Amino acid sequence: MTSSKILILLLFSASGLVFLWSLYRRLSLVQLGRDENRLDRFGDRFSNMLLYAFGQKRVLARPYGINHAIFFWACLFLVAVNLEFVLGGIFPALHLSHLPAFLYFPIRLISDIVSLMTLGAVVAALVRRTFFPLYPEARNFEGYFIVAVIAVHMLAYFGINATELTLGQERAGSWMPVSLFASRFLADVSPTGLENLGAFSWWVHALALLVIFNYLIPYSKHLHVITAIGNCFFRPLDNPGTPKRETFEPGENFGADSVTKLTWKDLFDSLACTECGRCEEACPAWHTGKTLNPRRLIHDIKVNLLGNAEEVKKGNDPILPLIGGSEEGSCQEEAIWDCTTCGACLEACPVFIEHPHKTIQMRRFLVQERARFPEELLNLFENTEQRSNPWGMPPADRAKWCSPFGDRPYDAESCDYLFFVGCAGAYDNRSKHVTAALGMILDAAGVSWGILGKEELCCGDSLRKLGNEYVFDQLARQNVSLFKERGVKKIVTQCPHCFNTLKNDYRQYGVEVEVIHHSELILDLLEQGRLTLPGTVSQGRMVFHDSCYLGRHNGTFTAPRQVLKKATGQEPGDLTRNKENGFCCGAGGGRMWMEELSGTRINLERVKEALQEKPDTICVTCPYCMTMLGDGLKDEGEDQVRVKDIAEVVAESLNKS
Amino acid sequence: MLAIACIKQVPDTTQVQIDPETNTLVLEGIPFIVNPYDTHALEESLRVRETFGMRAIALSMGPPNAEATLRKACAVGVDEAILLSDRCFGGADTLATSNVLSAAIERLAQDEELGIVFCGKQTIDGDTAQVGPGIASRLGLQQLTLVDKIDHLDMEQKTIRVRRKLEGRHEIVEAPLPVMITTVRELNRPRYPTVPMRLAAQEVEVKTWDNNILGLDPETVGLKGSPTWVCKIFSPDRDQGEIIGDGVNDPEGTAGLLIDKLLSKDLLAV
Ligand SMILES: Cc1cc2nc3c(=O)[nH]c(=O)nc-3n(C[C@H](O)[C@H](O)[C@H](O)COP(=O)(O)OP(=O)(O)OC[C@H]3O[C@@H](n4cnc5c(N)ncnc54)[C@H](O)[C@@H]3O)c2cc1C
Ligand code: SF4
Ligand code: SF4
Repeated sequence: MTSSKILILLLFSASGLVFLWSLYRRLSLVQLGRDENRLDRFGDRFSNMLLYAFGQKRVLARPYGINHAIFFWACLFLVAVNLEFVLGGIFPALHLSHLPAFLYFPIRLISDIVSLMTLGAVVAALVRRTFFPLYPEARNFEGYFIVAVIAVHMLAYFGINATELTLGQERAGSWMPVSLFASRFLADVSPTGLENLGAFSWWVHALALLVIFNYLIPYSKHLHVITAIGNCFFRPLDNPGTPKRETFEPGENFGADSVTKLTWKDLFDSLACTECGRCEEACPAWHTGKTLNPRRLIHDIKVNLLGNAEEVKKGNDPILPLIGGSEEGSCQEEAIWDCTTCGACLEACPVFIEHPHKTIQMRRFLVQERARFPEELLNLFENTEQRSNPWGMPPADRAKWCSPFGDRPYDAESCDYLFFVGCAGAYDNRSKHVTAALGMILDAAGVSWGILGKEELCCGDSLRKLGNEYVFDQLARQNVSLFKERGVKKIVTQCPHCFNTLKNDYRQYGVEVEVIHHSELILDLLEQGRLTLPGTVSQGRMVFHDSCYLGRHNGTFTAPRQVLKKATGQEPGDLTRNKENGFCCGAGGGRMWMEELSGTRINLERVKEALQEKPDTICVTCPYCMTMLGDGLKDEGEDQVRVKDIAEVVAESLNKS
Repeated sequence: MLAIACIKQVPDTTQVQIDPETNTLVLEGIPFIVNPYDTHALEESLRVRETFGMRAIALSMGPPNAEATLRKACAVGVDEAILLSDRCFGGADTLATSNVLSAAIERLAQDEELGIVFCGKQTIDGDTAQVGPGIASRLGLQQLTLVDKIDHLDMEQKTIRVRRKLEGRHEIVEAPLPVMITTVRELNRPRYPTVPMRLAAQEVEVKTWDNNILGLDPETVGLKGSPTWVCKIFSPDRDQGEIIGDGVNDPEGTAGLLIDKLLSKDLLAV
């Protein structure tokens, strides 16, 4: 073996070891977080990984994603080619050229084309980063550096091939169109010049490889080429928006004010972020000029983790605060309160990072350990704890809306459904009309229903999302034990927040109840012919606004639209951002009860979007959306446009005589 | 130095109804809460504790289940919570109530200098606003009622200057310690209990003092010591309200109807 080959062997072996060591050091940082099980249902996880990491399914959900997918698939292929490059460089016997022609030639062809595509993708990435970045800081050194290194790596690849072709050392020449084309420029170069060029290209190619594996992958955001695969494997399999349950024993910590109190998956998320900016593009808070930026949130957690790791490993307290500092690596309190938990970021993120969980854990810390929260929440917290509704209305008035229907106590024997009315449905004047409309529809369809009246407690959605897990836990336990006591089997709700909480959150409390939102129940009844409408009542031009908790969080997009179609004979129009990409009304995550002090108002942004469609009626499925859009219309001075729940639309058609 | 907050457990009056047959309060199943004004008294005792190093004690006279009220006080951080409970304290009016509370405060003041007794302005069930002043006169404390701000507290000179909130005006008053202060809502924003404190409060021992400890003459406490008693409770007849419109459709028309009504009742002049 020549001395240069020994050098290469040593260099690449050392580099390989350093790569593995760096990777281990970085990834093992996640052990500083709390435990969490993400190894259940292995089969599902594995197929998710194939589909979303190797299949790039979510990456491709945005138009520009194709460029990334090309990079990714090309890199997978080129990793194999480069292995051959390194091994062949040291042990010529391992060179692919020893393969039979029918194998070797096609491999050469594919390599050539894939390399050209990669170069094309590099150019596209440069153009995009420079002229159309998703966010301004995307034009940073690291971003350009990686693209440049890949470009150099590819150019060097063609350099090697072109010299070999010119020197006549490559037998697959006719199968290598790009390299062949490049070799034309070398026709006049002397053989020694070619030898030198070849060696130079080889070293440049090798060096670029070393930079990628020993710097870019372990120490930059490009670690995501590894962690993103893990994140697709570890992704939440059930409802990704449901927070984890906290237990309350003396001596425990509540919520998270440091990376060590987040879970290992939260930390892994921070290492998996590609900084693509899709989450911030979708985020209603960031869109309307709030402090919260979900990309920044994840980035800050990463910076915090890296900044504190050494101290924490020594058993010391973190030096950089996770909450409240203004420097990079610290989350501002205002940002923590800005989130509507709408889940748009969850939906947009190509690598399944779970942003709101982090926010909620920090809210839990602020509320439960520090009693520090925006002051308007004090009333909400106390009212909900003392009178089990957000307004502090008398519990005895919970069933008042029901007086036209007579007494309707729930009874497991005689009722098909428990109608869980919810606080808005029971107390809010506007929403009570929806409650009554639904009662009427159920009666008309011969569905028997009953209510819990003053025994029904707030489902606790807002409290949970605001980090007041302690009081949520009390409400959940009481509601759940009431369901069990009364033998409840099926529940219908008219509020997506109750629906989501009863269906997904209460599952953590061991309830086996079928929960259905009224949009799906009404559709069922219409389709089964149990509910017949004497005719259709037009609502004029009608558009449908997706509620985050019915739509994105629970995947119900078509039922309400079909209900509207059956009740009016017309297809409802869509807003520009709809279904999975729907835009929040601004009330989720407990924001319903908070002032919106900075930026523009989320509900106004949504109302303006709706008004572009020139609607007469905006249809909703949620009492919060109803309030927010109604208020937005008032602020816009639009007194002709109405907001209606789909149940009201159906009830109008039902009453047509 | 002691900062004592007197807090009373009251039924959540928004939920109390009067039985029309028997003319008595229907208290069954009604949750008890800390009298809202007393949460401000409690909060202020905690603030002087934090600022001036006083010891904060919460006192409540009531049946054994009033312990829950004192646990809430523990959850926001009082140093000690004492329940004054004895069968013979039952049925007390304001005189008998202030006798018991005064005796307890006197007892505490034997071991440690008394600084401030905080009481709520009034309760939401009894509504008399007499207990605080009753304690002050029984113990010979200066009484500063309706306080919405503590301007200055001089621990050397042992004086306090407060602002009183009166109809249409404020009054700045200064007095030597010890004092009895009654609190209005504007005084402070009561803190929200943290979870670790709530959990700890469940473990804390709430002391109960009965009359064996206080040693009061049974003729001066409870029903026997109460010269006033309630003869009857009833809800006064009220004019039935009327709902105009359905709250959704035709706001202009409904507003017009409302104006006509108000005009016809001479409540609006054109
Ligand atoms: C209609 C009616 C019926 C009643 N029936 C009975 C009865 O049958 N049996 C019975 O035992 N009592 C009964 N009472 C209670 C009793 O008469 C008074 O409630 C009690 O003496 C306190 O007076 P108050 O509620 O008006 O307090 P206020 O004088 O308005 O209270 C001022 C402040 O004094 C303090 N304070 C008052 N009471 C206490 C307390 N118990 N512990 C600690 N601090 C306190 C609080 O700081 C409070 O904010 C009745 C009261 C009413 C109005
Ligand atoms: S949940 Fe919605 S509001 Fe919160 S960070 Fe994600 S996109 Fe923004
Ligand atoms: S969190 Fe996800 S969507 Fe947001 S920048 Fe990172 S990878 Fe992109």
